[in-house]
Amino acid sequence: MSLTDQPSTTPGFSRRQAWGLFWLLAAALVAWLIFAVWPDWLNAALVSKKAFVSAVLNGITLGGLYFLVASGFTLVFGLMRNVNLAHGSLYLLGAYIGYEVVSRTESWLLGVAAGFVALAVIGLVMQVAVFRRLEGDDLRQALVAIGISIVAADLMLAVWTGATYQIGIPEWLDGAVTLPVITAVRSNGSTVFLTYPFYRLVVLAAAVAIGIGLWLMLNRTRVGMMIRAGVDDRAMLSASGVNVHVLFAVVFAIGAGLAGFAGVVGGSALSVAPGEDVRYLLASLVVVIVGGMGSIPGAAIGALLIGLAEQLGLVYFPTYGIVLTFVIMVVVLAVRPQGIMGRPR
Amino acid sequence: MSAVAAAPARPNSAAAIAEAIGVPHALLALFLIVYPAIASDFFIAQIGAYSLIFGTLALSLMLLAGYGGMVSLAQMTVAGVAGYTIAILGLNNTGVHGFGWPFWVLVPFAVLVAAIASALIGWISVRTEGIYTIMITLAIATAFFYFCQQNYSLFNGHSGFAGLPSPESWGVSWRAPTPFYYMCLLVAALAYAAVLYASRSTFGLALQASRDNQRRMRALGFDVTAVKVAAYFFAGIIAGLGGVLLTWFNGRISPGTIGVGPAIDVLVIAVIGGIRHPIGPFVGAVVFVLLKTFAIDLVGAERFNTLIGLVFLAIVLFSPDGILGLWGKIKPHLAQGSLSPGR
Repeated sequence: MSLTDQPSTTPGFSRRQAWGLFWLLAAALVAWLIFAVWPDWLNAALVSKKAFVSAVLNGITLGGLYFLVASGFTLVFGLMRNVNLAHGSLYLLGAYIGYEVVSRTESWLLGVAAGFVALAVIGLVMQVAVFRRLEGDDLRQALVAIGISIVAADLMLAVWTGATYQIGIPEWLDGAVTLPVITAVRSNGSTVFLTYPFYRLVVLAAAVAIGIGLWLMLNRTRVGMMIRAGVDDRAMLSASGVNVHVLFAVVFAIGAGLAGFAGVVGGSALSVAPGEDVRYLLASLVVVIVGGMGSIPGAAIGALLIGLAEQLGLVYFPTYGIVLTFVIMVVVLAVRPQGIMGRPR
Repeated sequence: MSAVAAAPARPNSAAAIAEAIGVPHALLALFLIVYPAIASDFFIAQIGAYSLIFGTLALSLMLLAGYGGMVSLAQMTVAGVAGYTIAILGLNNTGVHGFGWPFWVLVPFAVLVAAIASALIGWISVRTEGIYTIMITLAIATAFFYFCQQNYSLFNGHSGFAGLPSPESWGVSWRAPTPFYYMCLLVAALAYAAVLYASRSTFGLALQASRDNQRRMRALGFDVTAVKVAAYFFAGIIAGLGGVLLTWFNGRISPGTIGVGPAIDVLVIAVIGGIRHPIGPFVGAVVFVLLKTFAIDLVGAERFNTLIGLVFLAIVLFSPDGILGLWGKIKPHLAQGSLSPGR
């Protein structure tokens, strides 16, 4: 995927222009698939337009949720080489805390804030009390994280039992919106538009906002500059007078806080139950393996791919859906072991 | 039991070495052979056989992690592949599949399938290095668990397969506690001896050298990837045997048997015991099984995971080489203590 212009064998067409044309055609095809009224053969081939477009939208919004979870994971890994296998537990704990706050204060926004702040504090404590002592020993860090996740899962089971919770969504976020997408034309000529839960679009918007926020933080602020420098060369950053331990603590707090935030946001869209920690840990793992370790844009691409694969798989081959996710991971590892946006080390 | 950890002995003479290695092993073997005579059925099956099975599973991880530096969380997945093969191609009373292969064909085939699966997992995960292995194998283990759970046409989904018949031959029902115990003991002892032997073979040395310095091994002309994938294959044979025994022990296999919890249990067992010597996984398995069985008296049946998690954390934080490492730290003090009164 080199973007440098190279003299191409085809006269008048550089490699870059060819790729541009390819993406333009792909975008046109997707736009046509979404906005056009489908001919019968296509409806027959892909179940129905409603199913297809819903699956794509669900995939994109689920990808947004995965991005929220995985961005914290990839941030922590990229800077500290710390594979935080307790990340799924942080997600679930955030969701439970969010549930408690929302059901007591009736304020959803307060719940989201509580999920972020509580988990950021917990992440800070984890980094300062535990992971800092094991710095440089990434295997032991991973083992400790596994130990923490075992204990955390069991204690959460003790406190919140095995019941399934649903975090209440405020009215102004609830309901469905009608999208300008025609799913079918009735025999009397009236058109049927697709309706979609408004809250899921909010999740997507939150993911995009967090993504842009992270990008701005990493690329436009002093802290972000330090983080990027730390990813490239930690020893040199430390030597140039930056207190890397404070930086690590801040990044771990942000990463854990994002997991808690995602827990509340995700727990409102889906449900909160034991076992969700494993599910989101798997999602984070696959997203960063596919997208590239430590890369925020990589996490976005990976999350989108995995979210789409999961939802399209659910519609088109329900009992083999997970295989699609798995195949994506294996293909990426075979072709680009460092991930789509990862840099070789 | 952990006296075996002290195996590296004074290089005085060949006889001394043979003695130093031989005596603890011989004593251990004697104890394990007479164990059924002195224990109740519950202790034979639920403690003895169960520990040997989990020790064998953890041994396959120890082979990869200790000698190869590859911490794989997919060993339970490999065991599950063998277990599902037994259930699908053998007999089960769930009414799905069950081709009724005789078990003397079935077991070698199931172990072979497991070993091939393990080699494939290895081939996927050795493309990256170090800490990535743990992430990729955990992702594979989790994905396989979800796949078994949602797929009904092949794996019979959430309920899995039940009513797997116990093998019978020469008029012995091998699921009765004592015969089953001896079967587990035989498999565990063979696997243990094989790993011990392999660690001193050319292959084992190449594997350990690849762990220590991959680039130098490449420069010396070794195919590091092939060595590592071969290690996964051998570990797959051991894990496959463990999986077959576990499936017979439970009489059933379902996604719950191979979920993330059990996959992590195998890691916990290996780390608690110690991954520097093949005896470690068995020590860890005994501790784990005893804790699991008697946790009711300590913390109540519900909170076993908290207990084992805390034990695991304590081991990882304070004695990275597990109980064997603890023994290695304590032993010099004991030796000092026993020597000083004499002087």
